[in-house]
Amino acid sequence: MSWARRFNGYAVLGVLTVAVLLVLAPFLAVVVNAVKTPGDYAAHGPLSWPHGLSLAGIVDFWFRVDFGEKLWNSFLIIGSVAVLGVAVSVLNAYALGIGRLRGRTAFLVFFLLANLLPQEALAYPLYYLSKEVGLYNGRLVLVIIFTAIQSAFGTYLLSSVYASFPRELLEAAELDGAGRLRTLVRVVVPVSWPSLSVLFTFFFIWTWNEFFLPLIFLISNDLQTVPVALGVLQGERQMDATTTSASALMGIVPAVLFFLIFQRTLSRGVMAGAAK
Amino acid sequence: MTTTTRPAPAAAATDGARATARRRPRRGRGYAVFLLPGALLALAVIVVPLLMNVGTSFTRWSGVGVPEWIGWDNYRRLLDDDNFWASFRNILFLIVAMAVVPTLLGLLLAAVLYDFVATRFGARTASLFRSGFYLPQVLPVAVTGIVWGWILHPGYGALNALLERAGLAPLARNWLGDPRYALYSVMGVLIWFQVGYPVVMFMAGLQRVDPELYEAADLDGANRRQKFARIAVHVIRPEIYVVLVTTTIAALKVFAQIFVLTRGGPGNATLVPSYFAYRNFFERAQVGYGAAISTVLALIIVLLSVVFLRLQARGEDA
Repeated sequence: MSWARRFNGYAVLGVLTVAVLLVLAPFLAVVVNAVKTPGDYAAHGPLSWPHGLSLAGIVDFWFRVDFGEKLWNSFLIIGSVAVLGVAVSVLNAYALGIGRLRGRTAFLVFFLLANLLPQEALAYPLYYLSKEVGLYNGRLVLVIIFTAIQSAFGTYLLSSVYASFPRELLEAAELDGAGRLRTLVRVVVPVSWPSLSVLFTFFFIWTWNEFFLPLIFLISNDLQTVPVALGVLQGERQMDATTTSASALMGIVPAVLFFLIFQRTLSRGVMAGAAK
Repeated sequence: MTTTTRPAPAAAATDGARATARRRPRRGRGYAVFLLPGALLALAVIVVPLLMNVGTSFTRWSGVGVPEWIGWDNYRRLLDDDNFWASFRNILFLIVAMAVVPTLLGLLLAAVLYDFVATRFGARTASLFRSGFYLPQVLPVAVTGIVWGWILHPGYGALNALLERAGLAPLARNWLGDPRYALYSVMGVLIWFQVGYPVVMFMAGLQRVDPELYEAADLDGANRRQKFARIAVHVIRPEIYVVLVTTTIAALKVFAQIFVLTRGGPGNATLVPSYFAYRNFFERAQVGYGAAISTVLALIIVLLSVVFLRLQARGEDA
């Protein structure tokens, strides 16, 4: 390799490093300022390194919003939605992608559009209906709604993956006398597991991030999810800058943890599994 | 149901082949039942509420009591409403920030990371960079609002402090509070937020590129850029469509970022249709008018999606 080419390589790497640091700079700013005392912030501004470590902002914030409770609410809703959403997506995609049901294109278009619809076009009737059936201001109604919305996308994506599912495997299962359900559980699900885990990851992160519907449906303070609690708190009170940073940090930490956990899944790719 | 009797071992191969040939026309039977739970769920959560919303858009209703039928009045009122037009003009800018720029940047970054960094510096380095770009995507949007609201704050924010320290104090602005800059500031935040998604999607798709195609192109004397434009972009076309469709729609639907950053302000400088609808539903109790706004938005999104799907179908036929 020539000297010039090697230099070019490092130049590209340098530009990329600067770009990624710019993307990550806000995270760094949050961490640095979350551990300052308000006095330190007032004296030295947001850019200086903290003069000593203070966890007061974080502790203060944690108790002010009962953060443990908010985390539990979020996990309860998200975990249920991710599992149920993948399950419904698999069932739909099995019928449409592998079963090639009559009218499957119309169904796929429907599911895609269902996922793409603005939640505002559903929100008020859902709000009204949930009040009628006594589900308003509860976590269950959000699980049901988000399972429907997320699985609509999952159906669309997974059906195209299943459309190229190796026919030999299905025919072999059929020759072995496996019924539809058995083929699904024993052949289709294991072979497409990488795609399913990517789908699970997406559902998890997307639902964790949901804001609009939880804002409308979770009125009680003790039912709120983390994003709603943070958003409401930010709107309600004028927090000082260090508490603001602390609250942002508490929102970031769980998200980054999921990300690290799920990172391997993501790298396997959306279309993996059935492509080969 | 299919029978489970097996043919004698000696005849298995030919019988099996014939059985498959006979079964092929019947493929598709017994699958409909699997669609039932998903279809019922979609009916209850999506179809019925959507129809109710369209119905409500032809009424005057405060959310309690009986809606009063007023025909097309809400829609006529929309056409004369400056806020309505401002919200749709703003959306065009947000499509640039959430779909166009991230897709182009994503293609560039994915190409460099997959083709160049991964081969020269190893796959681990490339995946480290990918994680860095993707990180904003995993943040709750409310947190994005808190972080950027603070960074862009005119008084104690980090950006203005940084500009002052760099001797660029005249460039300091009230980034979110000045109607001249608010929309551009929001666009910047959205690009930051969005760029990781195409990077991840495109890098995943690039794994399908057949190395033999690249070797053949090498023999033909193609350079790196030609190989990417002619081969890789072609292979990851499904991902490009998915990214463009989902990000454009996401831009049309954007709510939380606006809610936490600017609440549509100052004035209507960053107002978007979804927040405009929300305000009418839950703050002003003008449910019929809110329903009309969200119906228009839904209609635009559906029409756009159908166009996208048509284009995709045509692309696959070609």
